Order: sequence, then C-alpha cells, then structure tokens
Amino acid sequence: MIRFILLQNRQGKTRLAKYYVPLEDSEKHKVEYEVHRLVVNRDPKHTNFVEFRTHKVIYRRYAGLFFSLCVDITDNELAYLESIHLFVEILDHFFSNVCELDLVFNFHKVYLILDEFILAGELQETSKRAIIERMGELEKLE
Amino acid sequence: MAMSGMRGLSVFISDIRNCQNKEQERLRVDKELGNIRTRFKNEKALTPYEKKKYVWKMLYIYMLGYDVDFGHMEAVSLISAPKYPEKQVGYIVTSSLLHENHDFLRLAINTVRNDIIGRNETFQCLALTMVGNIGGREFAESLAPDVQKLLISSSCRPLVRKKAALCLLRLYRKNPDVVNVDGWADRMAQLLDERDLGVLTSSMSLLVALVSNHHEAYWSCLPKCVKILERLARNQDIPPEYTYYGIPSPWLQVKTMRALQYFPTIEDPNTRRSLFEVLQRILMGTDVVKNVNKNNASHAVLFESLALVMHLDAEKEMMSQCAALLGKFIAVREPNIRYLGLENMTRMLMVTDVQDIIKRHQAQIITSLKDPDISIRRRALDLLYGMCDISNAKDIVEELLQYLSTAEFAMREELSLKAAILAEKFAPDLSWYVDVILQLIDKAGDFVSDDIWFRVVQFVTNNEDLQPYAAAKAREYLDKPAIHETMVKVSAYILGEFGHLLARRPGCSPKEIFNIIHEKLPTVSTSTISILLSTYAKILMHTQPPDLELQNQIWAIFKKYESSIEVEIQQRAVEYFTLCRKGADLMDILAEMPKFPERQSALIRKAEDTEVDTAEQSAIKLRAQQQSLASNALAVTDQSYGNVTPPVSQLSPVKLPSASSKADGSLADQRLYQENGTLNKEDSVPHSEDLLSDIFGPLSIDGPPSSSVHPQPSTTSGLEDTVVDATAIVPAGEQANAVQPIGNVAERFHALCVKDSGVLYEDPYIQIGIKAEWRAHHGHLVLFLGNKNTSPLVSVQAIILPPTHLKMELSLVPETIPPRAQVQCPLEVINLCPSRDVAVVDFSYKFGNNMVNVKLRLPAVLNKFLQPISVSAEEFFPQWRSLTGPPLKLQEVVRGVRPLPVLEMANLFNSFHLTVSPGLDPNPNNLVASTTFFSESTRAMLCLMRVETDPADRTQLRMTVASGDPTLTLELKEFIKEQLIVIPTATHAPSQAPPGPPPLAQPASNPAALTDPGAMLAALL
Repeated sequence: MIRFILLQNRQGKTRLAKYYVPLEDSEKHKVEYEVHRLVVNRDPKHTNFVEFRTHKVIYRRYAGLFFSLCVDITDNELAYLESIHLFVEILDHFFSNVCELDLVFNFHKVYLILDEFILAGELQETSKRAIIERMGELEKLE
Repeated sequence: MAMSGMRGLSVFISDIRNCQNKEQERLRVDKELGNIRTRFKNEKALTPYEKKKYVWKMLYIYMLGYDVDFGHMEAVSLISAPKYPEKQVGYIVTSSLLHENHDFLRLAINTVRNDIIGRNETFQCLALTMVGNIGGREFAESLAPDVQKLLISSSCRPLVRKKAALCLLRLYRKNPDVVNVDGWADRMAQLLDERDLGVLTSSMSLLVALVSNHHEAYWSCLPKCVKILERLARNQDIPPEYTYYGIPSPWLQVKTMRALQYFPTIEDPNTRRSLFEVLQRILMGTDVVKNVNKNNASHAVLFESLALVMHLDAEKEMMSQCAALLGKFIAVREPNIRYLGLENMTRMLMVTDVQDIIKRHQAQIITSLKDPDISIRRRALDLLYGMCDISNAKDIVEELLQYLSTAEFAMREELSLKAAILAEKFAPDLSWYVDVILQLIDKAGDFVSDDIWFRVVQFVTNNEDLQPYAAAKAREYLDKPAIHETMVKVSAYILGEFGHLLARRPGCSPKEIFNIIHEKLPTVSTSTISILLSTYAKILMHTQPPDLELQNQIWAIFKKYESSIEVEIQQRAVEYFTLCRKGADLMDILAEMPKFPERQSALIRKAEDTEVDTAEQSAIKLRAQQQSLASNALAVTDQSYGNVTPPVSQLSPVKLPSASSKADGSLADQRLYQENGTLNKEDSVPHSEDLLSDIFGPLSIDGPPSSSVHPQPSTTSGLEDTVVDATAIVPAGEQANAVQPIGNVAERFHALCVKDSGVLYEDPYIQIGIKAEWRAHHGHLVLFLGNKNTSPLVSVQAIILPPTHLKMELSLVPETIPPRAQVQCPLEVINLCPSRDVAVVDFSYKFGNNMVNVKLRLPAVLNKFLQPISVSAEEFFPQWRSLTGPPLKLQEVVRGVRPLPVLEMANLFNSFHLTVSPGLDPNPNNLVASTTFFSESTRAMLCLMRVETDPADRTQLRMTVASGDPTLTLELKEFIKEQLIVIPTATHAPSQAPPGPPPLAQPASNPAALTDPGAMLAALL
C-alpha cells in the first residue's frame, strides 16, 4: 500500500503531497524534509529504492523533480517504480510536454489526476486513455 | 496546456515564485493568509467562485509547508455546495488538509453519505474518493453497506465501481468487521469475472486485503485468479491501453499473484497445473531488454512469480530454477535487479531449505556488502545474516567486523546487533564469542547496545571455563589507550567478578587491576561509576591476604562518593564502605554472582520483534510462522527427552544446572557450597522447601531445592541492578514449558504472602491475579484469569492440590477464556489445623500449539490466619510464664540468618501479623511479639515469641515461641525461621509503622530491667 506520494524539486520544494495514512502536520513536514534529504543526493547509478523508517521509498527523478512513493517493505518495488513512470506519462499527455511550471500553476489539476490514478493507496486505473478521457469529462463540468 | 481558470490564484503563485528569499515569501504568505481570514469572516459576501479560489490558495500555502490553522470549516462546508466546481474543491482540499481523526470531518459525514447514495455520478465519485483517501472508522461503520452496493451494482459505470472497490478496501482496513464475510465471498468471486480492467485492478487490491485475513472464506476466488493470470500472461487477452510497454497490465498480474500467495496450497490439480504453466512461462520467458520501463515491468512480474513459486513450495526443479535466477540477478550490474535478487534470496531462506545453493554465492554477496549504494549493502547484510550457520559463521562474522570500521553510522547499530547475534548463535567455541563481542565494543562502542554487553556477561558468568579467558581479554583491552566506555563497563564487571582468577599473571595483581580500572574513572559517566564502585568492592574482597594500602585507597574512594549527588552512586558508596568493615558478611554479599537462568537472548528477541508496519500481513512471514510453529513443537518434544546435550549450533548460555551437575560432576556445586559456607549450614535443619518437595516432588515449580545452593542476591548490594534487573531472577532448570513466565514467579508468591491482592503469575498469554479476604480461619479468594491475546485460550484447567490442613473449594473454571477477557473464579479456604504446608494450583491451558502447564503455590499460608494483637507487659508475662517448656514452648538457636538490623526484622514480623511490642524487652537487640492464630481445631489462640539477636554476629539468633498448642508452636517456630533465613526481597515493601523508640515508654514497674536488661526475661526462662 502506498503510504504517501511526494513530488519535490531539487531544492526540496513540495509540488504535490498526498497522504493515505493519517499524519499530523508537523509529522508531514518532517517526512517531506527527510524524504527529500534521503533521495536528493543519491547517485543516479544507485537503486531507486531506499529504506525509510519501517517502510521503503521508491523514487524516480525526472529532470529536477523527484517523484517518491512510500510503500510497505513487502510491496513489489518494480511495480511501484513503473507506476511512477505511468503517472508521469499521464501528466505528460495531459499537459502536453509537462514541466515543473505546469505542475506549479496547475497543482489543483494534478490532485485531480492523481485521484483518478490512485485511491486508498492502491492503483485504481492503469489505462492512460481512460484517465485522460475522464479528465476531459471533468473539465467540461467546470 | 494553458493555465486554467482562476487568475487570482495564478497571480499569487507567481508572486510567491518571484520572492527573492524565504523571508519575502513568508511576508507574502502572511499577507495572503490575513486577506483570506478577513474574507472568510464575512462569508455571506463571498461568491462561490471566490470561496473556491481562497480555499485553493490555502492548499497551496499548506503545501509550501506553512501552518494553516483556519479555514478548515470553509473547506469542509464547500462539500455541501450544490454545484460541481465548488463541491470538487471542497472534497479535494478537505482530503489534503484534514485526516481521518479530525473532528471537522464528522460534520461532513451526512453530506458525504447523501452524495454516495444520490443519483449524481460525479458526486458519487468525489465522495468515494474522499472516503477512500481519508475515511476513518466512523465512516467505515456508517458507509460500508452503501459502498458495497455501488461496487456490485449493475447500473453503475465502471468509473464509480472501481472507486467503490478501493473505498471499500479503505473501510475494511479501518474496520474489518464492516465487510460481512459470509455473503461477500461469492460477490467477490463474481467481481473477478469483470471485463473492465480498471474495476478488476481495484477489486484485486480489495481481494488481497480480504484473503490476507480470511483466505478460507475466499476459496472460490482462487481458480478465478488463476484464470485472470492465464488471460493476461498467456493469452494476452487485454485491451491495448492496458498493456504497458508490451506487457499486459503488469500491475494486475502482480496483484493477482499476490492474492494467490495467501492461499496455503492449491489442491485442485487442474488449477495447479494451469498456474504452474503460467509461472513457468514467466520464469523462462523474461528476457533482459534495453528499454528500462519494459525491463522493469517484466521483472516486476518475474519477481512476483518467484515469490509465488517459493510460496507454493513448487517441485524441486522449479525451486532450483528460482535459485539459479536469483544467483544470476545478484551478479548483474543493474542495481535495482541486484537489490531485488538479494532481497528475494533472503525471502527464499525463510521458506525453503536452499542454504546450500545460496552458500555458493557467498563471495558475491560479500562483494555487495561493499557496494556504494546503502540500499544494496542493507540487503546484503540481511542476506548474510539469514544464510549464516555454523559452517560459515566465522567467515561471515569476520566480514561484518571488518566492514564495521568503514560502515556509515546509519548501519552500524544494525550491523553490530547482527554480528553479536550470529556470534552467539553459531559460535564454534565460546572464547571466539567473547573475542567477537569485545571487538565489536572496541570498534563500534557507540553502537553496541547494553543488551549486547549484558549478554556477554551472562555467558561468562554461566560458563566457568570461560571466566579466566574473558578476564584476561578484558585486562588486555584496558591497556589500550582510549577505550570506549562500554568497554570500561564490561571489563570492570568481568574483572571484578573474575579478576582474581588471573592473580598470578603479570600485571594482574589486585592492585594493578584496580589501578588500571581506576585510571578510567575520571572519564566515565555516572552509570559506569556505579559499576566501578562494585568492582572495587569485589577486588577488595578478593584480595587475600588483605592489602592495607589498597584497602585504604578504595575506602577513600567510597568515602569520597558517599556525598555524591547521584543517589545510586551514593548508596553504593555508603553500603560498600560499611560492608567492607564487616568481614565475613562482605564475603557473603559480594560472593560471585549466581548463574543466570537460561532465557532467550534479548538480542534475538529484539531482532525478531522489529515491528514491520504493512497494510497486509506479509504472506511470506505468515508462511514462515506456520513452519516455525511446527518446528517449535518438535523442539519441545526433543527437550522432554531430558539431558540430551543441546545441539552445538544452538549455543546455550547456561550449562543448565541439570546438565552441569550431571556432566561436569558436582565439583562446581561443591565449590559453591564452600564459598557460601554459612548459609549452607541451614541445610541440616529441616527446611520447608525440602518438605514440600517430598510431598509434591517435581511439582513445585517456583521453589527449587537448589535455591539454597545459590543464595539469591537480595537488594542490598545494588551491584546486580546493572545486569540482573532486566532479567529477573528465575531459578534455572525449570524450563518444562516453552512459554516463559513474565517476572519471577517465586517473588510474586512471596509478595502475595504479605499482601492480599496482586499478580500471582503472568506469561505472554495469560495473567493470573488474586484477591483475598481473610476472616479468622476462613479465607475467600478470587482468582482472576485474564487472556492477554486476541485469540481464545482453550483447555483451561485449574486443579487445586490442597495440603491436609486446608479445605479448599474452587468454583468452576471455564474451559475457554475468550480473547482479551478476564474470568473470576472464587476459591473458598478453611484452615483446619496449624501447618506451614502450602497449597498448589496445577494450572494448564493451551494456546496455539503450546500446552502450558504450571504449578503455582497459593498464598494461603500460615500467616494469613494470624491476626495482629498487641499485648501489654501485664498480659504478656503471666502468659509467657504459664507456658512452660516443650512442647508448648520451644526454643532454638538459629544460624545462617540473613543479617538484618533489628528494626527491619521488626518490620518483617509486623508484615506477617506478628505484632512486635517495642519496649517489652528492654534489650534493644531483642524482639518480643504476639499474635492470634485461627484454625478450626485450635480456634483463636494466642501465640507469643521472643527473638534474641547477637549484635556481634547478626547471622545467628535465639528464638523462643510459645502457644497453647504443641503443633502450633512447632509450626509457627519453623515458619518464622523460614522467613528469617530466606528473605524474599518483596518483604521490604510492607510498611507497617516501625516500632517507636523504646526506652522512653519503659513501664515504671520494672526499673530493674533498665539496669539489667537480660535479667527479667532470663528469670522467666
């Protein structure tokens, strides 16, 4: 199960944070700080997995952005690693060539997309097309 | 895509981005928060659009890491907005700002429910999403049935149903009871026929959670899971948008194989064959390709199928195929695959016996221990730890020790803990174990927990052969220029206990040992100073003939610390200083520590207990647990064969008393006898424990006959606190049960002898409490049997074995104690005649495969039938005189008494309802006491006694007891004697008012007594 998802840039600015476990605000700040420190200095030649407290962070770097998923230690690492990539592909499709600025100014859209992709800390939909179509439906409602 | 919608929001974000520094950003944020706050105050003036905009801004500010402590209400209230745009914002922002335990969330529960059961599909989706992400128990209880309905509804679009599936998963995790197992299993099976892959993916996650708790109920889902796998992996029958880089939904494949791992076996041969075909195809057909994503996706599936094969305990061929694959993986360059290879090899060790195959890769694994990536090093460490056995322990532990010097701090603690455990588990000989631990402390002292050095002390104490070696090693380390404080502790402790064994070696005279230890004192912390003080006292005691100079030096140190502000140090200093001048007593109290009872290594327990927090229980752990339960059961039967020497691989910290006295001959024990001379004189006196053991034989579990061999260290010296505390003094050799009691059973019994309520027995599964009321010769006791677990205790039985003088009736004890329940069983007692025999309850129960059986002494002891009575001199002396000589009045000189100040002895008597009358005997070294005894045969009977202590030798005293019944006199006398000889530590607790200062209240009628203390009583005797 995904405990939380973080999208952070190299400086540690949070671009998206989604928690599927109840944490107090102070704890969230701590987690964000620690995860950033944990992943930011890792060599690109290292694994994409790093132990974090009693869990595991699966992370991937796209340009200056780190996508980190905190999952159970028993979870399938590669499956989650590729779900990060799938998410990025969806964002890329939606924003056509996504960059950090898109995510900053449209953070509320990113939350919407994420809610179509992951729910209750589990994958909900793995079809890019289904999610993009759904987003189109929702945009019409606004 | 263009920035959408709200201009104000975009402007604000731009402003934040343009801030030059953190300070400016904060100012801008504060300004905005102030603005939002004012706007929210006048809510009615806000248009829905504005409200939405401000709430988004709040979320943005919150995401930047600022505290947003208002506006939650506004966010929540947007949920009930009638239009989609506002409602959507309300749901999303609420999901981010609040969590399941927030009170505000409760306000929304009705709106949320209306949205879920309403007809608006979009609203349903929003509501299901929020509940799925942050719903708590309350949501689970009130919404689960509605969500279930949506999931199986035929009129809902897949869009709604996949959300309902995961929402239900969330609710189930919050409260498993909300999903009714009976009816739901069939529905679940139907859901697996779903053609929409989104719904199927979500439903599969739900199924994993359900089967992880209750696989029995979901058997019908098993063949369907196999069908799904066939459909995906073999037939590739799947809409193109669900293939990912050519792999049919790797996520659904992984989840399906995960679900299958929770079923213990697959019985149907056809299903089994189909599954193995698929697995075989995956194992054989996964190639390494250039595209990273494709490679990852196919290997995600491959690793999951490896796990499933391991779980199914596939035919040897497939298992060796897995092992070969893993062997390949741990040597590849791709770090992720290497990492997973190591991880899965470790898992493989947990379920099957592939040690030999894996050992072939030892060199490769050790290379990974030096990998630049800490994640890989961690996996390598875990694997080395798992694959270690007696054949490779030396190599592996030495690698770990070597690595310790260069390892980063983040790993050192784990590394040293693991090295310590391996050294203990697989030591080919004990001296090697000592070497390893001392090296550990030397190289990574900061990361060596107390448990580790406590453990080495236990080993050394319990193994005589090891003591000179350990002492010599400890002495060597002290020569090193800068040693870690833990090294000071352990060397000081060992040299205090066993330094004298080195006496003739160069540099090891008591004085030299003292000097080198004392050199470290200025640099150590207070807890270590306490240990050093004890060491000094021990060195002094061992210095024969006494060395005056050394003595003065050490006395001076004690003197100095008598005024330490640290209570512990002060107490030790004061006590040792006083003890040092007691000669023989010093020898007694500072005698070598008794052997430690055998117990599971705290280290291993610690390593096993590391809590893993996962949404579903780990399938592999579940399996490993089942296997180890089975093998544990075997181990227990093995042990019951008696003195089978334990297998070498299971190094035992104690040569079990039975084993040592039989194997090594009784020499060691005899030596102990002599060392503790005075106490053992007691053995010639008939001893209650001997009597008991005559009657009950091996029954009495908590009063072993051997207790007179090892004097139980009482609280006086404080030395043992450092090591013994954590370990409670449980007599060794009583290990019939695999389940170990918590706390000391004997101590609990002794405590209850002077108290009327408390815990009689406790182990990991049950706690037995007792509460008693005594009236004359009647006792009303209640036993409280409390089940500490989440599963029931069965075959519960309690049989009372009463001695002849007690009539006891235990009401019915239920056979089963429900989880977390406590049952009360009243027990009526009638005392027929005086006797010090003790009733025993033979208690047994079953937990899982463990049959636990204990025999517990019941605190229905003689003193419970005593009622305190204080008598004046006028009443006492006529009575005393009228009872003349045996058998009504008995006198005995008792030796080997635990030295106690008179005041403390008086407290002890009072705690047993023997009322001490201060001043009746003018000699302050004597005690006179009285009490009333109740039994059916004697009725109420007055008992009188007098104890004369010898201030010059507190280990002996003369005792006279008198009453109107010869049996009572004898029994009472023996009873008191037992209390004086073996003083349970717990008797310090009762706090009856100590007798006041005697001389002032001296009755005037006896002026002679003042001048000649012994005269009056001597005349009476």
